[in-house]
Amino acid sequence: MTIEVSLRHRFDEFLLDASFRAGEGVTALFGPSGSGKTTIVNALAGLLRPDHGRIVVDGETLLDTNAGIFVSARHRRTGYVFQDGRLFPHLTVRQNLLFGARRAGERPSLSRLDEVVALLGLQSLEARKPRNLSGGEKSRVALARALLAGPRLLLLDEPLAALDAKRKSEIIPYLERLRDSVRLPMIYVTHSAEEMSRLAENLIVLHNGKIAASGSLFDLSSDPALGSLVPTHGAVFPATVQEHRTDGLTALAFDGGVILVPQLGRPLMSKLRVRLAADDIILAREAPITISANNVLSVQVAAGHTETEAHADVRLRCGGVNLVARITRASFHRLCLTEGEGIYAIVKSVAVDPQTGPLMNGTE
Amino acid sequence: MNAPVLLSPAESEALLLSLRVSAVAVICAFPFAFAAALLVARRAFPGRGLFDGILHLPLALPPVVVGYLLLVVFGTREPLGAWLEAHLGIRFAFSWTGAALASGLITFPFQYRAIRLSLEAQEPGLLQAAETLGAGSMDRFLSITVPLALPGIIAGLITAFAASLGEFGAIITFVSNIPGETRTLPLAIYSALQQPGGEAEAARLSAVSIGLALAGVAIAGFADRRLSAALRA
Repeated sequence: MTIEVSLRHRFDEFLLDASFRAGEGVTALFGPSGSGKTTIVNALAGLLRPDHGRIVVDGETLLDTNAGIFVSARHRRTGYVFQDGRLFPHLTVRQNLLFGARRAGERPSLSRLDEVVALLGLQSLEARKPRNLSGGEKSRVALARALLAGPRLLLLDEPLAALDAKRKSEIIPYLERLRDSVRLPMIYVTHSAEEMSRLAENLIVLHNGKIAASGSLFDLSSDPALGSLVPTHGAVFPATVQEHRTDGLTALAFDGGVILVPQLGRPLMSKLRVRLAADDIILAREAPITISANNVLSVQVAAGHTETEAHADVRLRCGGVNLVARITRASFHRLCLTEGEGIYAIVKSVAVDPQTGPLMNGTE
Repeated sequence: MNAPVLLSPAESEALLLSLRVSAVAVICAFPFAFAAALLVARRAFPGRGLFDGILHLPLALPPVVVGYLLLVVFGTREPLGAWLEAHLGIRFAFSWTGAALASGLITFPFQYRAIRLSLEAQEPGLLQAAETLGAGSMDRFLSITVPLALPGIIAGLITAFAASLGEFGAIITFVSNIPGETRTLPLAIYSALQQPGGEAEAARLSAVSIGLALAGVAIAGFADRRLSAALRA
């Protein structure tokens, strides 16, 4: 399944002009408030009719302003998870869940309902009214409701924005599980770098209504050019669990060597996503001999660093993986780093997120 | 109904007539109140504020004026009144249906206002959500808009019914004070007070009126609390 989008829409002073394609998996629409993210999602859902545009989902044209085609929101089969949930307050959770399923044309299949209820952990909530749900529970119900309507495309408009950090970290594992078990194109609007790097497979960075960058998260996350748009960025790359060592560490293999993390409750060979924040990497010319950090990676300085007033973002190559380190501009000049030379990257901390497969106990 | 045991036949006739006139008035005004509330709450059109003001007019006008205006429009010798009687067999003048028309018009703003407020309090995003879930416009209206407006609808119906029971000026002006036809409770109280020795009758009918009003207020409050609690987001 693929979607092709091309939109031009003007509101007062603001012009949105964006074209992209997306396939299965999570494509994050990332950008600051007012960059046009919600406009794109509303146009995809059919809640907004753009001045000019074309939207094709899975070969079916939903919008083509030149040909005068506009499929109404009702008939688009896009599952939309709104920022504020928008659960129907007079219906129970179960009635909310079945609202779209009943209208999807086919009889709602109970096994499908049970499957989605289990996936999102809603078993004990079905008889409740939305007012008796916590913020996190509401988000999960909104997700399940959209999924049960049998969508061809899932739109998530900052589904976690209304939640505090603790609730967010409760929901993200459900979203990871959803991403890895439901093969649907998912457009995920966010301005949170953490949600983006944990959930996205592909990334579209919006700035003032235009696409500033797009591509695979693994390629873009370490691009220092993105540093100006993504405040707390870093490298994200795939890894697999290689060994649970007797010294309490787990070795993760990636396309550039091995990285050690505190004991991880995941089976051998399970796939993970590793995040190394640019701020958590220290650079050294010589290999440090006695140091508390477990991970000292041998890397090469790659082309394309960026400098700001105080900082320099240095692009590094570690085997087949790109990393990025944020050091002060002063350090950058003191070290006299030149492209292609071999140095050492000392990693202060590593975040690990699930990549595919069912969730084990806990996230990290 | 047990109350008529304590009342004379003429008195219970007035009570039953009042209940009938108010029920018909409120039920017939309801579709208009709902439609007007939907229009004002959901559509932006030029003159919306003025339109809203006009819909509140029956509250502001002296009821006698409303009765007079009805007489001018629906009197048997007026063009519309004569036409309605000749072609449709509908006569409002000097008939209980005229009393219902007058009461319905006077209490229209109570229904309109309560429904409009409950529609305005609805989160408009819910309809968008229902649309993305495959609900068409009539489906959205019946499955989202109406159930969420229910507290306003019920409060409006009960308040309008209670207010309608007390209507005097418009009824007496438009359809006169005919026993068994247009003599509702307030008119019966007034008539009793015009006769020597009618004080006891006026007192009994007033007690009935007070009882009805208290019941109406209590039911409206109860319904509002229950429904609002059930629908709170």
